[in-house]
Amino acid sequence: MIPAQFDYLAPTTVEEALAALGQHGDDAKILAGGQSLLPVLRMRLNAPEVVIDLGRIESLRGIRDDGDAIVIGAMTQHSVVEHDPLVAEHAALISKAVEHLADHQIRHRGTFGGALAHADPAGDLGAPALALGAQFVIQGPGGSRTVAADDFFVDLFETAIGEDEILTEVRVPKHTGWGACYEKFVRVAHQWPIVAVAATVRVEGGTIAEAKIGLTNMGSTPLRARAVESALVGQPATEDAVRAAAAQAADGTNPPSDLNGEAAYRKHLATVLVRRAVLNASGA
Amino acid sequence: MTLTEDEMTQAAPDATKEIGKDRRRKEDQRLITGRTRWTDNITLPGMLHLAMVRSPFAHATITNIDKSAAEASPNVVRVITGADVAEEQGGLPNAWPITPDQVTPNHPPIAVDRVVFAGEIVAVIVARTPAEARDAAELVDIDYDELPAALDLKEAAEDKVLAHPDLGTNKSAFWKFDSAEAGTGGNVDEAIAKARGDGIVIEREYRQQRLIPAFMEPRSTVVDPTGEQITMWSATQIPHILKFLLAAVTGVSESKIRVIAPDVGGGFGGKLQTTPEEFITFLVARKLGKPVKYTETRSESLMAAHHGRDQWQKLTLAAEKDGTVTGFKVELLADLGSHVSLVGGGVPVLGAFMFNSIYKFPAYQFSVQTVLTNKTWTDAYRGAGRPEATYAIERIMDELAAEVGVDPLVIREQNWITHEEFPFTSVAGLEYDSGNYEAATARAKELFGYDELRAEQKRRRESGDQVQLGIGVSTFTEMCGLAPSRVLGSLDYGAGGWEHASVRMLPTGKVEVLTGTSAHGQGHETAFSQIVADRLGVAFEDVEVLHGDTMVSHKGLDTYGSRSLVVGGEAIVKAADKVIEKAKPIAAHLLEASVDDIEFEAGRFSVKGTDQGLAMAEIALATFAAHNLPDGVEPSLDSDATFDPVNFNYPHGTHLCAMEVDTETGQVKMRKYAACDDIGNIINPLIVSGQVHGGLVQGIAQALWEEAVHDDAGTLVTGSFVDYLLPTSADTISFDLDHTTSPSTTNTLGTKGVGEAGTIASTPAVVNAVVDAVRHLGVNDVRMPCTPERVWKAINDARGGAQAETVGAAAPHFDESTGMDGTVDRTTGGTDS
Ligand SMILES: Cc1cc2nc3c(=O)[nH]c(=O)nc-3n(C[C@H](O)[C@H](O)[C@H](O)COP(=O)(O)OP(=O)(O)OC[C@H]3O[C@@H](n4cnc5c(N)ncnc54)[C@H](O)[C@@H]3O)c2cc1C
Repeated sequence: MIPAQFDYLAPTTVEEALAALGQHGDDAKILAGGQSLLPVLRMRLNAPEVVIDLGRIESLRGIRDDGDAIVIGAMTQHSVVEHDPLVAEHAALISKAVEHLADHQIRHRGTFGGALAHADPAGDLGAPALALGAQFVIQGPGGSRTVAADDFFVDLFETAIGEDEILTEVRVPKHTGWGACYEKFVRVAHQWPIVAVAATVRVEGGTIAEAKIGLTNMGSTPLRARAVESALVGQPATEDAVRAAAAQAADGTNPPSDLNGEAAYRKHLATVLVRRAVLNASGA
Repeated sequence: MTLTEDEMTQAAPDATKEIGKDRRRKEDQRLITGRTRWTDNITLPGMLHLAMVRSPFAHATITNIDKSAAEASPNVVRVITGADVAEEQGGLPNAWPITPDQVTPNHPPIAVDRVVFAGEIVAVIVARTPAEARDAAELVDIDYDELPAALDLKEAAEDKVLAHPDLGTNKSAFWKFDSAEAGTGGNVDEAIAKARGDGIVIEREYRQQRLIPAFMEPRSTVVDPTGEQITMWSATQIPHILKFLLAAVTGVSESKIRVIAPDVGGGFGGKLQTTPEEFITFLVARKLGKPVKYTETRSESLMAAHHGRDQWQKLTLAAEKDGTVTGFKVELLADLGSHVSLVGGGVPVLGAFMFNSIYKFPAYQFSVQTVLTNKTWTDAYRGAGRPEATYAIERIMDELAAEVGVDPLVIREQNWITHEEFPFTSVAGLEYDSGNYEAATARAKELFGYDELRAEQKRRRESGDQVQLGIGVSTFTEMCGLAPSRVLGSLDYGAGGWEHASVRMLPTGKVEVLTGTSAHGQGHETAFSQIVADRLGVAFEDVEVLHGDTMVSHKGLDTYGSRSLVVGGEAIVKAADKVIEKAKPIAAHLLEASVDDIEFEAGRFSVKGTDQGLAMAEIALATFAAHNLPDGVEPSLDSDATFDPVNFNYPHGTHLCAMEVDTETGQVKMRKYAACDDIGNIINPLIVSGQVHGGLVQGIAQALWEEAVHDDAGTLVTGSFVDYLLPTSADTISFDLDHTTSPSTTNTLGTKGVGEAGTIASTPAVVNAVVDAVRHLGVNDVRMPCTPERVWKAINDARGGAQAETVGAAAPHFDESTGMDGTVDRTTGGTDS
């Protein structure tokens, strides 16, 4: 389909982009990889008057080591994140999640920041970002601020990014040496997850020392399975121990019912997938 | 998509022959590099563009249309409503009224005062660019009064809510075949009554879900009215039928219409249709005197191009205690959707002769009630009628095997027609010309490693493995090569089933072949070139196959029903033979010999017992020059032939599928798929592999992934590929395939159709495997598509906890936080089935 007519701006600095955003306000939309925005425009679910393409702002791309964190620029494509050695070493959970996100074509266009800003509850990056305690760097007319993952995801397709702001980068605390597993449950390979579980675990001498678990598509935002996390600490990384802890995986969740499954089925899946992900992440 | 070793090491074909060679498709060069023209690429001077305004309601009265804002929109030329053209627009044709009293609603291309499905065209924008047409479409203001909609097939069959209140009923036609009445077998009710006393009666109800053909190239039409003839380009499977029906519906003389199907990107039956969009484009072009183009969007295609399948199948199988079947009764409800489309009513009838499949059933009865509903109309989809039949019989034969307690292959062998019994007249009255079920089954078992997998299944059951293994069998046959004209006549179909071809010898020795079949991805140009190269002894590269333009190949009945090779190919053979016969007297004359002494072999006419001879190319040139021809011989070798088959042909095969079922999540995973098909002689093994691989995946997709779902209001929930799940290569495995060969006797090439075989065979093989994996847990059916949730629930239900099913849209991934409408409520229940 053909989108409604819009003006197209392609600033080369964040400041220019912010100025354009300030000028057009409500009538403007940020364009990153376009993998979610363009379908929306083409189906005429939204008709902004101005589209501000971040594609030419070089400073928003790339991944760097920043001491106790790695920093991923908002405009870094999924395919770059997927193959990045820093991410693999210090935030393996993200590498694992991004590997199964959509397909090759989409991973070459779609961006890390775009996916998180889009905040699809079935998006694959929210749960890992949440589990790893990522910090979201958001720039507005008054400068930069940092929002913790717990506060970033507000609701379905809603984040802490204000209308006059841009997500510039995401700081991911290093989880070097942690095991990681992303269990994505789909019917066909290119599908959004029906349910997915992001689990990263630090095992010391066969005992789970720390565990962080994010749930995808179990509510209107990514969720932390905190009850499971605390139940796991100090447990042996064994099938029985993990099964017992994982039984609480669906506590406090509010998953959708749709063609792919009712809420009750999703809750069941969450317990199974949490168990499998934790066992896999702990190398058991 | 790898070939198995067996395929590669099959008896080496005669190297001097084209037939049997793995020729890469000559059309692929242009298709893959994009050096071709699809309909949407065609641009003509002054061309106008259409956008359709479609009904959001399944059933509503149109109370007012305000088109003023749309008309005032930039570069809009005209806004047309149904009322504007009520008289002149005519109605879409139904070519197959299956009974004399069939209830057939009028089918205006543009709805006039009432809409009958969500997606129906209500107004048409004509503008100078596609974007401006689309913009204006948003501005048409339409008032509707919603009416209750007939959505559920079973409820609609009870006339509770009427899809067309003016007709007084939703029941369109009731069609029945009974072997006792036809004299082809016994009385099925007696067989069932007897089996209730001292045998086995299996009763099942299966659902054929609604599917969407989802061809790769969306439909597109261009009409140019500026020449002496009105020319229509269309992404269609049926240019010839379309030309005829355009003339019949609009009153324009047939000789003033030319239809071109340029390269067409797939159809699967979905382009075996004459569409509202084609008639509208034709009408607008004629009205405005300018070229006009319409290309649908993917969402429009999913919603408004015809759907397929959609049946409830009530089955009663009677057998003796040992599993020998004594009768089979089939009662269908078939959902027509809002209209009886081109051959929509006939699709279940195409299956009527196939539920008895490869078996020797003494008694058989088939009936179908076709039903109108307020959903997109249905029509042919790959296999049309035969996948439904094969699914029913192959599922229930597995149920019988389970009841008797024997291997499903044993129950089949006990009931099938043995090799020695061919030709065999089936209980449905068809004469199966050739086949060898024993050979195909033996080979398939070998490829599959049947005994090893059964042993593994046993181990997993015994150990209570969380992942269980199931083995599914499908020993299918089908009738294809549509069709003997007399048979079609006896079924009240509106046309014949012959095919036409011409072979033109050019002066340089090159050959042009005209076929009335219309390829849209099948590789006709390659396969037909191979046939003609062998027949005339010319090089493969020297044959050009022309098709898809009624001015070039003026006569034909197009492509569907696995007919192009077995009917169209045979017409080509006959035309080529006529060329040879016409060339013989000329060769004799030039060689100064008697015609009786002329032999033709490998492209050369020679005088018996001598080394004197002339090549086909030399005769062609001499004929063109015409300086020295025998008296009374016309200076032309060109020949035509029209072939009308006397019988269908009957591909068959044994398909074996192993599925792993994760009993904890319901997730299913294909482990192995092996098939041995008997499609008679093979012209091009590579094309055959492509057809079989694609066909298999399409059938597997029905079993596991695809389903068109409407919500309570009749809106298509699976309106994009986010929700209508098509598989990709990432979702399939490498298949193990081989062939046995029982040449068909109904055409001289000995070929059988292969275009639909894989799709027909694979669906029940997969579902049988899924059920087999969990049968020991108490499950005997999982409704298609076998989603993980359905499998999980089936297991749970068998353990005693029943849960209701709900239907709703999947999460709206393209939703936005601002300016959203059209979001789908994910929580409402309701189901169309
Ligand atoms: C067929 C298909 C399948 C997919 N499957 C999956 C899947 O399985 N899993 C998955 O996680 N995702 C999937 N996606 C979505 C994919 O991850 C997208 O790349 C992602 O959702 C959006 O990223 P983008 O860079 O394309 O952003 P865009 O589409 O350009 O933008 C998305 C939204 O975010 C806003 N935005 C973007 N960048 C910024 C920024 N820096 N600051 C503020 N706002 C911003 C835009 O204004 C817009 O509203 C799929 C997409 C498609 C088309």
